[in-house]
Amino acid sequence: MTPATTEPQIDPDAPAIDVNDLHKSFGDHEVLKGIDFHVDNGEVVCVVGPSGSGKSTLLRCVNLLEAPTSGTIFVEGVEITDPDIDVDKIRSRIGMVFQSFNLFPHLTVLGNLTIAQQRVKKRSKSEAAQIARKNLEKVGIPEKEAAYPAHLSGGQQQRVAIARALSMDPDMMLFDEPTSALDPELVGDVLAVMKNLANEGMTMMVVTHEMGFAREVGDKLVFMDDGLILEEGVPSAVLANPKHERTQTFLSKVL
Amino acid sequence: MAMSPRKRARLWRLVQYGVLLVLVVLVVLLSDLRQLQLQFFDIGTITPMFPDVITIALKNTVLYTACGFTFGLALGLVLALMRLSSVGPYRWIATGFIEFFRGLPALVVFIALSIGVPTAFPGREIPGDELGIATLALGLVGGAYMAETIRAGIQAVPKGQMEAARSLGMPQARAMRSIVVPQAFRIILPPLTNELILLTKDSSLVYLLGYTIATVELASFGREILNQEKNMTSLVVISLCYLLITVPLSIVVRRLEAKAERAR
Repeated sequence: MTPATTEPQIDPDAPAIDVNDLHKSFGDHEVLKGIDFHVDNGEVVCVVGPSGSGKSTLLRCVNLLEAPTSGTIFVEGVEITDPDIDVDKIRSRIGMVFQSFNLFPHLTVLGNLTIAQQRVKKRSKSEAAQIARKNLEKVGIPEKEAAYPAHLSGGQQQRVAIARALSMDPDMMLFDEPTSALDPELVGDVLAVMKNLANEGMTMMVVTHEMGFAREVGDKLVFMDDGLILEEGVPSAVLANPKHERTQTFLSKVL
Repeated sequence: MAMSPRKRARLWRLVQYGVLLVLVVLVVLLSDLRQLQLQFFDIGTITPMFPDVITIALKNTVLYTACGFTFGLALGLVLALMRLSSVGPYRWIATGFIEFFRGLPALVVFIALSIGVPTAFPGREIPGDELGIATLALGLVGGAYMAETIRAGIQAVPKGQMEAARSLGMPQARAMRSIVVPQAFRIILPPLTNELILLTKDSSLVYLLGYTIATVELASFGREILNQEKNMTSLVVISLCYLLITVPLSIVVRRLEAKAERAR
């Protein structure tokens, strides 16, 4: 927007997300205590851990919904912690899915999917609608485009939220406990959509409690506790053979 | 005496109806209906009031109110955004302004603008004659009230809405305009309409500015006829005219609320 911001130069060979020695405090409370974290292009990384471990904060730092206290974050080779960077440009390349959906209640499903395309990507109304319909098809609810979010089930709302993020053609997707607010019988539909997305090669960072999803779809599992990454590796290996005592305790409770 | 709660409730309801009936009968018997009709519904007073009461007085009331409300709404939105600003001085100015004008009777603002300003700055006057002053006065008073309403509405929109908009790449101002403010306005539609109804009534203060047959509004028009005819009928007529504005407004709001409820 302002001429002072530098146009980010994407490096296609750089990792999708590269976090170095990230610290984040809320007042006196240190939530992240030095995180090194890495997501390669096309990789699906699942972050698990007890509540309050800082996993959501880590995810929210990646698109700067939370400002890091110290440390650096690179997204596709661009340092987004550089104060001169155009945050909006970065964010439009990172799709975000929230636990509470956060659909825009005053807009129809189609409106939810087109508004940012038109306002940010400057697409024409018809082009935006076309892309929106393609993505609604993809998440399996093409018939709901005229409905308002309030008339959809939680599972449908979350799938609309995924389609909304996809309509911006993101290079990667962040999921912040996408199924935690859903009734158990609706979780499967959302996970199926995410699995398809992973199979298409989408780069994904998923904060979740769904160990089955992590094992089946994830390329890497990261276990966080008390603001630190305690353990990471191939999901099946970490789940079968947790090395750290706290990982063992946590997994024995959730599995 | 033992009586079941349901029977007791029924008896109590009957007593309430009975009391009401007795009161109505008493009022009808004791009042002089002929005199009432002459004083409050005198056809000879009503007929000459038309069409001017509609084409001039009602029209002017609506005009003053609409202009004041529009200006007040714009002012209120600016003040609300200033109140929410991260820049301290903006917040302080807005807070001071709001507290000042909320604390003043509308009458004082009208006096200040119509008599005070020309006295303090001789040779200068507020442009737009009565309409200009009315717009400014009603807007200042209404804007101060609406600012707090709008601020509360913006804060009532969940934080996740702004986050979702920002994470789609919308700049702050765009997210405000396209996502937060439209939702805030749905929330505050009922209190804003209340404000519009209040301003409709405050527009009667325009009488202070003096009036001609072209600029008269409902209240002054009614008083003028009252003075001529020595008869309450004119006030009944203009009261109904005020209701003609406010009752449809209430109905529209109820419809909009129902619609917003469905979309929620």
